[in-house]
Amino acid sequence: MSEEILKIENLSVRVGETEILHGIDLSIRKGETHVIMGPNGAGKSTLGNTLMGHPKYEVTGGHVTFKGENLLDMDVCDRAKAGLFLSFQTPIEVPGISLSNFIRNSMDVKTGEKMRLLPFRRQLMEKMDILDMDVSYAERDLNVGFSGGEKKKAEILQMLMLNPDLAILDETDSGLDIDAVRTVSRGVHTFHESGEGAMIIITHSTKILESLQVDYTHVLVDGRIVETGGRELVDEINEHGFEKYLK
Amino acid sequence: MKEKTWIDDVDRSLYDFRYGYDDEHYYKVNEGLTPEIVETISREKDDPAWMREFRLKCLDLYYKHRLPNWGPSLDGLNMDNIVTYVRPNSKMTAKWEEVPAEIKETFEKLGIPQAERDSLAGVGAQYDSELVYHNMKAEVAEKGVIYSDLESAMKGEYADMIEEHFMKLLTPYDHKFMALHGAVWSGGSFVYVPKGVKVEIPLQSYFRLNAPGAGQFEHTLIIVDEGADLHFIEGCSAPKYNIANLHAGAVELFVAKNARLRYSTIENWSKNMYNLNSKRALVEEGGRMEFVSGSFGSHVSYLYPMTILKGDRSSLEYTGITFAGEGQNLDTGMKVVHIGRDTKSIVSSKGISKSGGTSTFRSSVEIRNTAKNAKSTVDCASLMLDDISRSDTIPVMDVRTQDADVGHEAKIGRISDDSIFYLMSRGMSEEEARAMIVSGFADNVSKELPLEYAIEMNNLIRLEMVGSIG
Repeated sequence: MSEEILKIENLSVRVGETEILHGIDLSIRKGETHVIMGPNGAGKSTLGNTLMGHPKYEVTGGHVTFKGENLLDMDVCDRAKAGLFLSFQTPIEVPGISLSNFIRNSMDVKTGEKMRLLPFRRQLMEKMDILDMDVSYAERDLNVGFSGGEKKKAEILQMLMLNPDLAILDETDSGLDIDAVRTVSRGVHTFHESGEGAMIIITHSTKILESLQVDYTHVLVDGRIVETGGRELVDEINEHGFEKYLK
Repeated sequence: MKEKTWIDDVDRSLYDFRYGYDDEHYYKVNEGLTPEIVETISREKDDPAWMREFRLKCLDLYYKHRLPNWGPSLDGLNMDNIVTYVRPNSKMTAKWEEVPAEIKETFEKLGIPQAERDSLAGVGAQYDSELVYHNMKAEVAEKGVIYSDLESAMKGEYADMIEEHFMKLLTPYDHKFMALHGAVWSGGSFVYVPKGVKVEIPLQSYFRLNAPGAGQFEHTLIIVDEGADLHFIEGCSAPKYNIANLHAGAVELFVAKNARLRYSTIENWSKNMYNLNSKRALVEEGGRMEFVSGSFGSHVSYLYPMTILKGDRSSLEYTGITFAGEGQNLDTGMKVVHIGRDTKSIVSSKGISKSGGTSTFRSSVEIRNTAKNAKSTVDCASLMLDDISRSDTIPVMDVRTQDADVGHEAKIGRISDDSIFYLMSRGMSEEEARAMIVSGFADNVSKELPLEYAIEMNNLIRLEMVGSIG
């Protein structure tokens, strides 16, 4: 059995006055793909944002260990440097910074050394090709004026370039047309095949999972994991929805 | 995310070094402003008779003008304490080796001679009230381009041209500080680009005010003749002292038929400076004026470059950025007067304020009844980095035609927690994330600057944004 990289124990989280997550337990080993499914408002995105460290989400109880370190004590940037990545549900537009400069800067701060331009460009073009992204996007301002699909592709591009140990994909497939989902899914597949990076895929549909090997599926309802299974659970939910978990 | 504080008064050591200022190596007039002082300056400068009379007339007007009552407070500025003329004990030279060691070192620290070798057609360097160095590349001089200090130009071949233009565009009647300027001006540059000559690489003047409690009143006069083309760069800095310094320079720009002039400024005066500088351009038929302006320093600024689009089809493009930090009240803007037909102005300004700083942008667009089919677009964006800072936009429009196409857009924003979180999730520290957002916000301005200035501007932003963590 390979090494555990993320361990969540009894994690409770609130936003403002409302507790959203009530005691989550989850263990992820190197290279595993975990799918978290659940109806709207179940707390799926809260889990992703809490792990990355968004200041809005306040941890009220529990522990999270990432690669042996106490994740909850780390600054957001140190979580990223340690190898955690969050693909945003709504990526932020940053005028005046090109996508390519942004990625290069992120890679430089992560590795602590300046990557040479040519190898960087080659790598970037290669990954953009996998994602069917027009090369012109590299020089465009980060997410500014990107369509929903291009924004999500840009997130997956960052994931491929930064090559994290654990990537959390927060609703990466939502709001995309079928072609865009297929392209994004190809990028996710590439990430999965190319290394030992583990993934948490948060979704409420299953299109993105079609070509992926899924190790575990967790059903999150009302801030609790109510069932854990394998790939077959995805298919079951696909067929019956979340009906049986809702009171 | 942990709460962080950063030191507001950033490390300005790059600009703050001051080489042992001592009275011995300088000639200076007494503090304050009297007819005797003005006469002394005139004598020291060996003015022609008309200039001596002009100075005294300006002093008279200075007493008559009132202080402006509509902008930032000038209470901290006491003219009785300002030394209006400080001359380093050195003659102006065209040989860098002959510049006195300490002055040379100051400019070398600021990267001036290096920049000249690399990417400039000519350089002038002013230290306190006088130019200490002026030089231009031979191939530019061969085309007939004149770039010299104004004083010697006033006595040479171009004497008539200077008398004809000097303070005709900016006059001592305009406001108190132009009258002051007329009375005590010293230093500055004269540039003449003959008909049809295109100067491919920029000319630059660098102004350094080193003496405590002094004023700098340089006069820049640029005439770009028909069909000619010039990019002129002005850089300013000063070390910080505890007493107020004053900068009241004047820049007069004449853009002839079908000529183009780009005037770029990066101003980084120290934060005890009152920067009351005036700039004005007159543009003839088919001419084009471009202002690029970055204001980072000074305690108080009043700075509104004005362009008069006199000729038909003449145009203006103004791109500016202002960054106001703690203790700074930077009141900047621009004014354009459309007189000719089919004239066009495009204005884009960015204002950033942090740590209680105030940044105000005033725009004035005047379209006279002769300016048929005039077009004007003004676009202002401001970014406030905290709750204690202030940012204002004050647009004024006076349109006297039926067919003018005039637009104004203003946006005010803050940096959201979500943006910071997004950048931090990619490994940047909170300060780096903020600096990146601010640099991005300023990006359209840095794109307009020559590379080394764009780098300097980004460094200034970084200096302002990334301090040590408390």
